[in-house]
Amino acid sequence: VRQVLQLALDGLAFGGLVFLLAAGLSVIFGLMDVLNLAHGSFYMLGAYAGVSVLQATGSFWLALLIAPICLAVIGALMETVLFRRVYGQGHLSQVLLTFGFTLIFVDLVRWGYGPETRSIAAPSALGGVTSFLGVRYPLYRLFVIGVAAALAVTMIVFWRRSRVGAILRAAVVDRQMVGLLGIDVNRVFTLTFIAGPYLSVYPGMDDVVLVLALVVVVIGGLGSIEGAVVGAVILGMANSFGTFYLQQFAVSLVFAVMAVILLVRPTGLFGIGR
Amino acid sequence: VRRAAAGVVIAALASVPGWASLFWVNVGTQVLIFAVFAMSLDLVLGYGGMPSLGHAAFYGAGAYACALIALRVTDGNLLLMLAAGIVSGAAVAALIGALALRARGVYFLMLTLALGQMLWALAERWTSVTGGSDGLFGVSRPALPGGVGPALGPGRNYYVFTLVLAVAAFVALRLVVASPFGRTLAGIRESEQRSRALGYAAFPHQWLTLVIAGAVAGLAGALATLFNGYANPEQLHWTTSGLVLVATILGGTRSLVGPALGAAFIVLMQTGISSLSERSGLVIGLSLVAVVLFLPGGLVGLARRVPALRTATRRG
Repeated sequence: VRQVLQLALDGLAFGGLVFLLAAGLSVIFGLMDVLNLAHGSFYMLGAYAGVSVLQATGSFWLALLIAPICLAVIGALMETVLFRRVYGQGHLSQVLLTFGFTLIFVDLVRWGYGPETRSIAAPSALGGVTSFLGVRYPLYRLFVIGVAAALAVTMIVFWRRSRVGAILRAAVVDRQMVGLLGIDVNRVFTLTFIAGPYLSVYPGMDDVVLVLALVVVVIGGLGSIEGAVVGAVILGMANSFGTFYLQQFAVSLVFAVMAVILLVRPTGLFGIGR
Repeated sequence: VRRAAAGVVIAALASVPGWASLFWVNVGTQVLIFAVFAMSLDLVLGYGGMPSLGHAAFYGAGAYACALIALRVTDGNLLLMLAAGIVSGAAVAALIGALALRARGVYFLMLTLALGQMLWALAERWTSVTGGSDGLFGVSRPALPGGVGPALGPGRNYYVFTLVLAVAAFVALRLVVASPFGRTLAGIRESEQRSRALGYAAFPHQWLTLVIAGAVAGLAGALATLFNGYANPEQLHWTTSGLVLVATILGGTRSLVGPALGAAFIVLMQTGISSLSERSGLVIGLSLVAVVLFLPGGLVGLARRVPALRTATRRG
C-alpha cells in the first residue's frame, strides 16, 4: 500500500507539473485558436531568465516573480508584432511560424548560455523531506502538487464562475471576440517557471516540455481546463506507475494510453471538436 | 519543353561527380536523400491536404529497418535492405494513418506528432534492438545485386545510385498525382463533403496516400542509412519532421520540385556551408518566418509570378 501511495504521489507531482505546462497551451488554443509549437521554447526562455535572475540576486522567489514577467513581455510582443498577421491564414501558417521560433530560440539560448545543463536548487525552505501518511516524501514535490491544484481550482472557478470567465467562454464559441481579448491568457502559462527545480535546464528541454504538454492536451481535449487537469493526472499516473512496473518502457505506456483514449474520443476527453 | 527541361536538370545533376570535389558530391547525396523525403511529404501535405508533423516516423522506420536487416539478417543484400526500408516505412504509415486519420486539421497534426514521438521514445529506450540513443552503426554499402556494375562504396558511385532512385521516386510520385486516384485525392482535399456525395470516401484515399508516402519516406531512410552507415534516434525526432515540413513549405507545396529545392536549402544550411552550420537553426528559423509572413507560395510560388517561368512550373 505504501508503495502504491508513493507512486500515486509521484504521479500527482509529475501530473501537476505537466498541468502547469499544458494549461497555457490548451487555453491559448481554446481562446485564440493558435497552436503554439513555441510553447516549450517560451518555457525554456523562462527557465533561463530564472537562472539569470537567480545568479544575479540569489533569490529563488525573486526569480519566480521576474521570469514570468519577462515571458509575458516576450509573448505580448510576439502576439502583437507577428501572430496578428497570420490569424486569417489557417493553422499551418501558425504552426510554421511557431516552429520557426523554436529553432531560433534554441539556437539563441545555446549561443548565449552554452550547451551545458544548469540546475536550479529548490529554496532551502522547501528542500527537506516530510512524512506524509506514513510515506517520507520530498517537500518540494508536495509544493508542486499544491501549486498545481491551487492553479487548477482557480482557473476552473475563474472560467466557470467569474464574469470575465463567462466572456472568455463566449469568446471560445465566437472567435470574432478574440481580437478584443488579446494576449491576457499568456499570463496563465508564465507560472510554469515553478517547474524549474524539477526539470533541469538545458537547450533542448523545450522539446520534452512541448511533447508532454501536447500529450496532455490531446488526452484532455484542446481548449478545456478540466481536460488539462484530467489529462495531466492520467499522464502523471501512467508515468509513475509505468516507470515502476515497466522501467524504460514507461514512455510507451504514456503514449499507448493516449492512443486508446483517442480511439474512443478523437478530440480528447473534454474536447470541443471543431 | 518540360521534358527537355527535366532532361537538362537530370543531366546536370548526373554530371556533378565528374567535376565536383568529394565533399560536395557527398553534400549532393544528402540533398537528394532529403529531397526524396520532402517530396513524399508533399504528396501528403500538398496534394493530400494532410498537415503531418510526424513524417520522420516513416523515414526513421526505414532507416532503422535497413540497418537492422544489414546488421542482423544479411550482409550484402542491397535489394533486401532497400525493401526493408520501403516496407517498414509503409507499415508504420499504415498504423499511424489508421489512428491519426480519425482527426482532421490541427488535431491530425498533433496526433502525428505525438505518435511519431512515441516511436522516437521507443528507439531511445529499447536498447537491445535499436541500440538506444547511440543508434545502430557499422552498416557498410554492399555491391549491386549480382555483383554487376561498379561498387557503391565510393561516394561518387553512391551519388549516382541515389540520383537514379531519387528520379524514380519523383516519377512514381508524379504518376500517383496524375492518376485517377490522385485526382480523387485532390477532390477530397478541396471538399471532403462534396467528394463523399459523389461516392468517394475520404479515409481509404487518405490512408493509401499516407502509405505510399510512407514507402517513399522509408526508401529515403534506407538511403540515408546506406550513406551514413548508421541509423539514430535523431532521424525519428519531431524536429526532423519539422525540418522536412520546412523544406516542403519553403520550396512551395504541390509541385514536388519545390520541396526538393527546399531540401537543398536545408542541407546546404546544415552541412554545406560550415560557417553557417553552427547557427543553422537561427538561419532556417528566420527564413521560415520570412516565408510565412511575406512569401506564402514558397520558392516555387515566387517563380510562378515570373511569366517566363510560369509555364515551366505550372502545377501538374
